[in-house]
Amino acid sequence: MSELKRKDILGLEEMSADEMELILDTAQSMREIIDRPIKQVPTLRGKGILSLFYESSTRTKISFDLAARYLSAGSVGVAKAGSSLDKGESLRDTVRNVEVMGPELVVMRHPSGGAPHYLAKNVDSSVINAGDGYHEHPTQGLLDMLSVRQKTGTLEGLKVAIIGDIFHSRVARSDIWGFGRMGSEVVVSAPTTLLPPNIEETGCRVEPRVEDALKDADVVCVLRLQLERQKQSFFPSVREYHALYGIDARRLALAKPGAILMHPGPMNRGVEITSDIADGPQSIILEQVPNGVAVRMALLYLLLGGGE
Amino acid sequence: MSPDFQLKQKAQIMDEAAMGRALVRIAHEVVEKNSGTDGVILVGIHRRGVPLAERLARQIERIEGVEIPCGYLDITLYRDDLTLRHDRPLVQGTHIPTDITGKTVILVDDVLFTGRTIRAAMDALMDLGRPSSIQLVALVDRGHRELPIRADFVGKNVPTSRQEVVEVKVRDIDGAEEVVIMEKTGGDNSNV
Amino acid sequence: MNKILIKGGHVIDPSNDRDGIADLLVEGNRVAAIGDQLTVEGAEIIDAKGCTVTPGFVDLHVHLREPGLEYKEDIASGTRAAARGGFTSIVCMPNTSPVIDDETGVRFVLDRAARDGVVRVYPAGAVTKGQKGEELAELGLMYEAGARMFSDDGLPVISARVMSTALTYSKMFGVPISTHQEDPTLAGDGAVNFGRISTLMGLPGMPEEAETVMIARDIELCRRVGGHLHIGHVSTARSVQLIERAREEGINVTCEVTPHHLTLTEDLVKESGYDTNTKMKPPLRTEADRRALISALRDGVIDVVATDHAPHSFDDKDKEYIFADNGITGLETAFALLHDRLVLPGDIPLDRLVEAMTTAPARLLGVEAGSLKEGAIADVTILRTDSEWAVNPGDFASKGKNTPLVGWSLTGKVETVLVDGNIVLRGGELV
Repeated sequence: MSELKRKDILGLEEMSADEMELILDTAQSMREIIDRPIKQVPTLRGKGILSLFYESSTRTKISFDLAARYLSAGSVGVAKAGSSLDKGESLRDTVRNVEVMGPELVVMRHPSGGAPHYLAKNVDSSVINAGDGYHEHPTQGLLDMLSVRQKTGTLEGLKVAIIGDIFHSRVARSDIWGFGRMGSEVVVSAPTTLLPPNIEETGCRVEPRVEDALKDADVVCVLRLQLERQKQSFFPSVREYHALYGIDARRLALAKPGAILMHPGPMNRGVEITSDIADGPQSIILEQVPNGVAVRMALLYLLLGGGE
Repeated sequence: MSPDFQLKQKAQIMDEAAMGRALVRIAHEVVEKNSGTDGVILVGIHRRGVPLAERLARQIERIEGVEIPCGYLDITLYRDDLTLRHDRPLVQGTHIPTDITGKTVILVDDVLFTGRTIRAAMDALMDLGRPSSIQLVALVDRGHRELPIRADFVGKNVPTSRQEVVEVKVRDIDGAEEVVIMEKTGGDNSNV
Repeated sequence: MNKILIKGGHVIDPSNDRDGIADLLVEGNRVAAIGDQLTVEGAEIIDAKGCTVTPGFVDLHVHLREPGLEYKEDIASGTRAAARGGFTSIVCMPNTSPVIDDETGVRFVLDRAARDGVVRVYPAGAVTKGQKGEELAELGLMYEAGARMFSDDGLPVISARVMSTALTYSKMFGVPISTHQEDPTLAGDGAVNFGRISTLMGLPGMPEEAETVMIARDIELCRRVGGHLHIGHVSTARSVQLIERAREEGINVTCEVTPHHLTLTEDLVKESGYDTNTKMKPPLRTEADRRALISALRDGVIDVVATDHAPHSFDDKDKEYIFADNGITGLETAFALLHDRLVLPGDIPLDRLVEAMTTAPARLLGVEAGSLKEGAIADVTILRTDSEWAVNPGDFASKGKNTPLVGWSLTGKVETVLVDGNIVLRGGELV
């Protein structure tokens, strides 16, 4: 496969292994550009990219902006605060504005599951979902897969343990669908209050005890714990969460020797993950960041690189 | 999108032996022109420029007894015709083993045609560093230049018409070693 | 006197155990005679051969949106939608702006209905002032003004004490209190059923227990204090179990189910790709829930079908899923949907469906409707059960075009409707 025959990237649930393979291969080639002294190629000169962030985001937005810049595309961003997005402009009006502005591609993050799907249905531009509610975050899933594949060469047959707030995590869903489609075995573990119903239908296995989930894992993906969930009584205290589900050196040792440690960031050090392992030799957390730019470059190229 | 025209072989213009002789000659010319191999880097352009550059490197090693750095370059992201093409070329990556700044970079490609690939390759090289000079090896020069570009070393000059396609086959990729001229029959020729 | 003779139709009148071919004579606003081969001088003849003739449908749960929300629906458009759907009597919910929580509000709706309406309208009054769940509204004065049901629909009565008081107080009037069962602490910001679809689509879920704990609570209150507890739009299998057990214990509890909960499931949210016309309260549930609702309706545990017709403007629905308004229209598709999806496959007999849409709700509400006996009020609906049509919201009389059934092909059509002896719908067209 050398072409992505789709207009939009809305989620990994509907994406084939071949498509993911192409994206990862292309992203791997893009990595080389990021490591150059001159980090820019003229590929998408004259293309317009609009990013609509209805939820605050630092790293994802920067990552998309850099990806656009490295490929010489023009990127204009609208973030929630102080923009018309904050003034209650309806999504339909935003869509109509997008239509007349005519960017080739729109990147959208939104608190409602399905909002990018709505946008994609209503505009001719390509749409990339940069996170919708707690549905999907496909570019994060892809960059996680790329980061692991760089270490292991393949995703086939790996045991991937995802630990933390599965319930509210779009990263978890995209990782489960992505790694699962590429032949990994995905196991999740979370406090029972942070485990969504029927999660097995996404293709993962649930291990109630975090130790069982970690056992012999090739990859450990630790999710960010949103501390405001404590006020909503999903768990009684940060201290208790850390004691029961926090990943530290002792727990990480249950995974295979040299297992890969990931975290989508930003981290709550000392809560879901301890500093010694986050900064330790098994961690690829910092590698995930440039890989995020590479994956987004690959998607921009694959969606916009050819004419119609 | 697959092209809606067919290609028919018209003539073989180089066989395996001819290709080998041409590469040996070019290897000598490169060494002669550069008074040795100091600061010389060979860079093959994806795809068939890559095995040709590797062979050239082996030939030069045989002549001079030194191993010279050999890299490869993907120019997809520098193409000026991306939006004109119906397909999206696969990005295959670039790797050059040393810093090119101050070096003599010898670009290697299979066929020199409009010159646009070489233009893209030079842009790509400039983003990687500032070589002291860039020279060009083409196994076949078929004419029809659209840019002021010429090859420093040519395996064979082949006059062609625009309706024809020159195909260089190398064993590593195509399982055969030869250069043939193909002729397009039928279909739309506008986006070649 | 105006005379109409409906000839040769298949009459289903559950109030009278009648189920067979008969002629029906309407004189003035009453059924004058029913029998074989009636002939009457000077009567307008309606040929009902091949049609099914039933009492006019009665809907215990409609949102007419007037006053205050006329951009979504008003009494003129809503009653016309009712007529197109075969409904001759409807209860309209009080969650308007302002809320119908006093005598004046009830009179306003009745006056408007008399002026603009084409079917009978029975206002439901709010249980609490402003539907705030705190102070009891003037149930007595509203009853005297014509309210025949009380409900805070759209919102639950959160306080058990207030609910208990309302049930106790309502005994003086013998009027049902209809409930919207949703524990807000459990429902949260749920947009779909809590389960596989909320997980797969990353949408906040509303668990079934948000409904069932409130049902269990109100059953306990009703057991102690009496009154008539009517549970609106039940949506889960467990709800039905709780209600069945309460009735076995002799507690005065009745309930209703909507056409959409009987025919659609949460899977439609996914299949439709986040179509906000799949968003309603209570949410569409699972196939197991749907099967349980069908059985309960067939067996009579669920008394009636009520549409919960909830018209919204295009803008109120054309939003991100979590921000879109709840509810769908139902009046103009109810019979066809149920006939096509439940009667034709054999899940519900036609006579039971007719009973649940006519005699049962009329009796529950205590109004004169739901019968074709001699002397009964002449509200009549004539159906074509073999007629197939495609749902096109553009044809709706309702201002609300919000239905997930767009383009669905349904068999079963409302042909002719008489209200009070007058033809309001003829050949599917409003008169």
